[in-house]
Amino acid sequence: MIFLTVGHELGFDRLVKAMDVWARENSDHKLFGQIGEISPDTYTPGHFEYQEFLSPAEFEGHFETSDVIVSHAGMGTIITALRKAKPIVLLPRKGSLRETRNDHQIATVDRFRSRDGIFVADEEGDLPEMLAQALDRSSENKGESKASDFASDELISALRDFIQR
Amino acid sequence: MKVAAISSAGGHWVQLQRLRLAWDDCQAIYITTKPEYALDVRADAKARDLSEPVFYTIVAANRWQKLKLLRQVFSIFFILLKERPDVVISTGAAPGFFALRLGKLLGAKTIWVDSIANAEELSLSGQKIGPHADMWLTQWEHLAVQDMNKKGPSYKGAVV
Repeated sequence: MIFLTVGHELGFDRLVKAMDVWARENSDHKLFGQIGEISPDTYTPGHFEYQEFLSPAEFEGHFETSDVIVSHAGMGTIITALRKAKPIVLLPRKGSLRETRNDHQIATVDRFRSRDGIFVADEEGDLPEMLAQALDRSSENKGESKASDFASDELISALRDFIQR
Repeated sequence: MKVAAISSAGGHWVQLQRLRLAWDDCQAIYITTKPEYALDVRADAKARDLSEPVFYTIVAANRWQKLKLLRQVFSIFFILLKERPDVVISTGAAPGFFALRLGKLLGAKTIWVDSIANAEELSLSGQKIGPHADMWLTQWEHLAVQDMNKKGPSYKGAVV
């Protein structure tokens, strides 16, 4: 099972379209997508099930039951993937295509691409290869170490000290 | 000690939640734009044997929705006026900006933790609110100020 999410704010046609093409050619994999608000000119996929938005509980449920996550480079989804040790494929939104307000997602993938379990598709053409790698990873590892539920001890104690002061 | 922790929904909220150990000994007041998060914070407090947090939902608004922003400011103001937190902490974005300004006005200590999504430059709201915050942090070491005479964020680690 693969879970596609574009986050809770904006749609991301470029990613949804590329995943639709992939799903057509890889019908042995089940895919579910959360694709954001649908307007008349939004691309809607023909080869996988989708929904506009999910409740936090539904989001959590899809995350748990999926082997691989495909997403925009949003920090909420990246952190959740690390915490649950799920391989994640990221396609950053581009400011130049008005997919978000600037290129901060490109900076995000540059900073996170060396992390274990993170597979970056810089362009939509890289998605099939990155998906293949992520699927390989999910089948080989079961006991991968999950990231903690909390920030670094250093950050927590700096904040605690400041609050108590 | 009362701590008001506030952010918009999504990535900012996920980051704010990863800091919550820092105010475990305090009465927590959560303010965000998604009502369903109330279930999560209550379940977490119960599981970790903490006092039940107070939870408020405010209207979501982006920077072009002026009327909604105005409604957001007013509700944050009334919540802070009612709760009178000792500390206001935020990871972003607009709700945190407003809450830090208003919290300061009401005498609270304020903390801004800039989102980890801003790896190349500080967030817009962070650039504006940082100089007014009592504690101003970035999650990227290269964005922290080295020169202590210059105004800017410090680095004390990251949420992930």
